[in-house]
Amino acid sequence: MASLEEKEDARMSRAVKTRGSSIAPWAQKQRWLTEPETFLFAVVALLLFLTVPGRLLAQTDCLACHADKGLQDAAGHNISVDGDTFSKSIHGSLKCNDCHADIKEYPHPDKVAKVKCDGCHAGPAAELAGSVHSNSADHPCTSCHGDAHAILPRDNKLSAVYPLNVPHTCGACHGKDGMAQKHGLATVLTSYTDSIHGMALSKEGLLVAANCQSCHGSHHILSRKDAQSPTFKANIPKTCGTCHAGITADYSEGVHGKAIAAGKMDAPVCSDCHTAHAIEQPTAAGFRMQSTPICGSCHKDKFSTYRDTFHSQLGALGGYVETARCWDCHEAHSVRPASDPRSPVHTANLVTTCGKCHAGANVSFVQYQPHANARVRKLNPALYFIRLFMNLLLFGVLTFFVIHTALWLIRARYEQVRKKTAEGGPHA
Amino acid sequence: MPELEEAPVQIEKAPPKSERFFVRFTRAQRYMHAVLFSTFLGLAGTGLPLRFSQSYWARRLASSVGGFGAILFFHKFCAILLTIAFAIHLKEIFTRGVLHREKGVFWGATSMVGNWKDVKDLFAHFRWFVGLGPKPSFERYAYWEKFDYWAVFWGMMVIGFSGYAMWFAPFFAHFLPGWALNAVLVIHSEEGLLAILFIFSIHFVNTHLRPGSFPMDMVIFTGVESEEEFKTRRSVEYKRLAGQGKLESRLGEKPATWLVNFSRVVGTTAIVIGLVLLVLTLTAYFGE
Repeated sequence: MASLEEKEDARMSRAVKTRGSSIAPWAQKQRWLTEPETFLFAVVALLLFLTVPGRLLAQTDCLACHADKGLQDAAGHNISVDGDTFSKSIHGSLKCNDCHADIKEYPHPDKVAKVKCDGCHAGPAAELAGSVHSNSADHPCTSCHGDAHAILPRDNKLSAVYPLNVPHTCGACHGKDGMAQKHGLATVLTSYTDSIHGMALSKEGLLVAANCQSCHGSHHILSRKDAQSPTFKANIPKTCGTCHAGITADYSEGVHGKAIAAGKMDAPVCSDCHTAHAIEQPTAAGFRMQSTPICGSCHKDKFSTYRDTFHSQLGALGGYVETARCWDCHEAHSVRPASDPRSPVHTANLVTTCGKCHAGANVSFVQYQPHANARVRKLNPALYFIRLFMNLLLFGVLTFFVIHTALWLIRARYEQVRKKTAEGGPHA
Repeated sequence: MPELEEAPVQIEKAPPKSERFFVRFTRAQRYMHAVLFSTFLGLAGTGLPLRFSQSYWARRLASSVGGFGAILFFHKFCAILLTIAFAIHLKEIFTRGVLHREKGVFWGATSMVGNWKDVKDLFAHFRWFVGLGPKPSFERYAYWEKFDYWAVFWGMMVIGFSGYAMWFAPFFAHFLPGWALNAVLVIHSEEGLLAILFIFSIHFVNTHLRPGSFPMDMVIFTGVESEEEFKTRRSVEYKRLAGQGKLESRLGEKPATWLVNFSRVVGTTAIVIGLVLLVLTLTAYFGE
């Protein structure tokens, strides 16, 4: 950053430069040159101008050329700068060659070096260098912070990194089209936009709604495979817990939270059930419809027996999402084994748990097994034999009558054809 | 088996006289069949998507009528109608058989109750199928018709009870053990599947689609059949009535053209719906 003294310095040298640069044969005719005080001042100023190295160029000097909206460099890039926009930007008080440091004088060389932000912003630059966006050619600061001459403070509503604008900014690359396809990046923007976080952000302008950097960070974004990353599996409960503290506390009490804490990485974390970006309101029909297969992807045996029950048959058809899903009985976050007295599926709690939906549920009613397996004789002998009987009945009756009726069909058709042939008519 | 030897003679010598029509089913019985098959189609159409809720067509069907909420409502609605029809039928049997002591309800030639002749007919029929004997002749209700009747009778009791046990599970839990609540779903769905497969394949072919009846037997819709049909299909009953001189008492009117046409449309629709459901059931069953 330029200090106040330097600015003063620059103003003075500008004054000298404008006048000094017009020293020509006609100067001798100028009256002020003959007045001693003024002359002395002019000499001192001229000396200063000539001796201070790397003097700073005022915006107006550069804008003399660069305000031209059509100004292009040799490669055809637009190199115009809007002075008004720049002066309102966070860097508006800086001089052009605070950043374009290789420009020492006018005229400057055709080829100008790329601006390096790390001269002032060393911290973020270092973080970025260690992140997935470390390749500075592909990910210059401006790819997130926007037009270099129009960067605004983060709390300005027009800033590219204002919380409500972050998804759009990241989505420029991580969106549905363009860069995302080109680099094989996940198409997360559309998922996020329709999610409960995205809706809160876009529909209600909720500043605390999670945007990209709430979970991923900003400059030091790491791959989710990196153990330091907030999106590394083991770190996800903590990351979500920065907002959802109560849920995370419940979760860490449950079997899944304890397993993750013990390093058993097969256990689910928040994003395994809720997804990472397409997070839905859990009570919404869409989430209830998709939720049981998520639990079922690990609890395969429980899922297949659940599918045999009315809860599942009914629930699979949609339009009636109230039927019991896994967590309606087992709890969503503080999942505990049935042997734990605090578990809603502990024997002592079943009347209450089933009674949430089935008014009038009694002790006999809760003997119902929501995961009964009629295929295994040892587990449910009564059910096994009932199913066996029903299947034998079904196959017995059908087999007998299929044979009976098939034979009848053949014989009847034979008789019909024979009769019609005898009558001399066509066969059918 | 004298009737077996006489039967072919009767069939082949039937002369096409001036056509007479005989009553086989009363108006009430025809209405009963209409209520039975419409509610059965309704129950099958709404029950199958539940039984095969993971299949693609079940989800499409359910979502097209407004999801499971609508399906459940319609299933229960048809169940109540069918229960009422069943209750009316039981009351009818009770009134005729017990109160009025009408002959031939519980036993005898015209009863639905099986007898020794049915067993003999079954074996004789099989012998005829494979060309080892003459075609048997039948009384008022042939053995496969009696089977249809009792299959539906048993089915309605079993499916009905298990259905109501699920509908009012907390109430039934007062006197049923907990595992019975698991069992009723197995019973309901397996018995329902049997009923659907049986009606839409065996009953359809035996009664309506086989050569001689194709495309459908109209007697259940119009209530009457021609004298030739009567003689051909139920020669024992025809001869019995003729012998008793009671044939005239069964004389009926030739069915009106509109009734025949209307019945064809309704019957064809029911058969087509049934066959579509049969195909869906089989694909879902073997695709499981």
